[in-house]
Amino acid sequence: MDQYEVLWAGFGGQGVMVAGQLLAYTGIKEGKNVVWLPSYGPEMRGGTAYCTVVISEQRIGSPIISNPRAAVVFNRPSFDKFSPRIKAGGLLLVNSSLIDVTTDRDDVTEILVPANRMALDAGSPKATNIAMLSAFVGATEVVKYENLLATLEEKLGKKKELLEINRAVMLAGYELGQKAMKGAGKKVKA
Amino acid sequence: MAKILMKGNEAIAEAAIRAGATNYFCYPITPQTEVAEYLARRMPEVGGVFLQAESEVAVGNMLFGAASTGRRVFTSSSSPGISLMQEAMSYIAGAQLPCVILNIMRGGPGLGGILPAQSDYFQATKGGGHGDYRILCLAPSSIQEAVDLTMGAFATAEKYRNPVMIVGDGMIGQMMEPVEFPDDFDAGDPSKNEEWAATGAKGRKARIIKSLFLDPLKLEENSIVLHEKYEKMKVDEVRYERYKINSKNELMIVSYGTMARICQTAIDELEAEGISVGLFRPISLFPYPEKELRKEVDAKNIKTVLVIEMSCGQMVEDVERVVQGVKPVKFFGRTGGIVPSPEEAKEQIKNLIKKPTRAKKAAAKSTSKRKRKD
Repeated sequence: MDQYEVLWAGFGGQGVMVAGQLLAYTGIKEGKNVVWLPSYGPEMRGGTAYCTVVISEQRIGSPIISNPRAAVVFNRPSFDKFSPRIKAGGLLLVNSSLIDVTTDRDDVTEILVPANRMALDAGSPKATNIAMLSAFVGATEVVKYENLLATLEEKLGKKKELLEINRAVMLAGYELGQKAMKGAGKKVKA
Repeated sequence: MAKILMKGNEAIAEAAIRAGATNYFCYPITPQTEVAEYLARRMPEVGGVFLQAESEVAVGNMLFGAASTGRRVFTSSSSPGISLMQEAMSYIAGAQLPCVILNIMRGGPGLGGILPAQSDYFQATKGGGHGDYRILCLAPSSIQEAVDLTMGAFATAEKYRNPVMIVGDGMIGQMMEPVEFPDDFDAGDPSKNEEWAATGAKGRKARIIKSLFLDPLKLEENSIVLHEKYEKMKVDEVRYERYKINSKNELMIVSYGTMARICQTAIDELEAEGISVGLFRPISLFPYPEKELRKEVDAKNIKTVLVIEMSCGQMVEDVERVVQGVKPVKFFGRTGGIVPSPEEAKEQIKNLIKKPTRAKKAAAKSTSKRKRKD
């Protein structure tokens, strides 16, 4: 792996920033270089939030990524804004619980993740971001699953109840991502 | 110590603590408020002073007062707040006191915006306040470098008894990167400050710390002392980095801070296309790496120098001063919070190095709007 860039986008409160940070923490655990860059600007509550994470074996140049290799979108405005920006041959993960459209692009792999549904089924809507994050890791293997799990336990392990829910969602998301990539190149519906 | 993931603002704040800063004065302003938030918690833990002032004007004068007692003083702000501190900067430099200031730059002028910019270069390097004084100014391009420079800044400020300013654009403050705080860092000994500080005159003659010299000969004398310090900085404090500079380079970029990293990506991508470009990155903005830059520019293979900044063209004036017309110096910049992408940088480079064919001329024309007109 030379360098992987992934953009995380959604409403404020969906855990988009945290998902990106968990990935970045896990990258450090694996001895890689990482940059986490948030969008910051004047925003209202419930407004859009996004961040980019770059993971690389080499020294990282630009923290600004115009065309990432992957985008993980949590809501419709993010889908509209960022799905056209993904590099050709890249990956798009869509929160299909809230986004009822799919991309017209035939040069990216699209994975539909019913993230809100998965989180609710496991017991808490708070785990939505973990569903998206683990599906991304399942699809890309940018970091190892067990390292991601260790990060989750370190950073979000205080509330035992919620940790159990997150663990369950993480496994389900990871498996969804893995399975989806077996049909890579095609539209993948989960 | 193991690497940890930290936001730039918080990492710089921790670096100040580890370097022995004991007095921090501030007034909140985006995009650096996390420094204040972090130090509000951390300063009391080390027995230091955290004080949120009523304005940046007050912050500047609190720095002046606390610095005169020999304590390690620190403040952070962003462009409009730094402007309000300029009177104090002039007084602090005139009275020969050490302090460290962090400016996480945002777009200006005036209240401007809150997004990243490098448009305070003139203010930081040419003196934002009045009088014959300079501020030693350092520009990191990564969080680790920001930590290293901040940790060293206090000892440097004390060595010269002069303010040291760290300038970063909003990205340096906001992004997270792995950092390592060195365990065995020698941050110098602030107790030496007692040789000149106002510590209470019991048993010794009172010391007067001031910048007022009504006798012109005394004032000239003070200015010469300052001037000599700045000349010494030009010898001992120059810092820079060379990236992929070699005899195959057709063009050399000069860029600093986060912008330089964006240029690195452009250079790496052009290398893959068979185009060789080098980058000269000044780390100390004052003292400017004059001789070092000139040496690289004088290399036979360098046909053009391209300066890229997040401003309408400020550092480019220093580059022109150094290059003295021996090679063409071109400029590209975006401002107002817009950050040039590696793609934009690549386009600029390609326009400059290709033999101008008709198609290229047309392309150059379409991008010339953003170029500085001299």
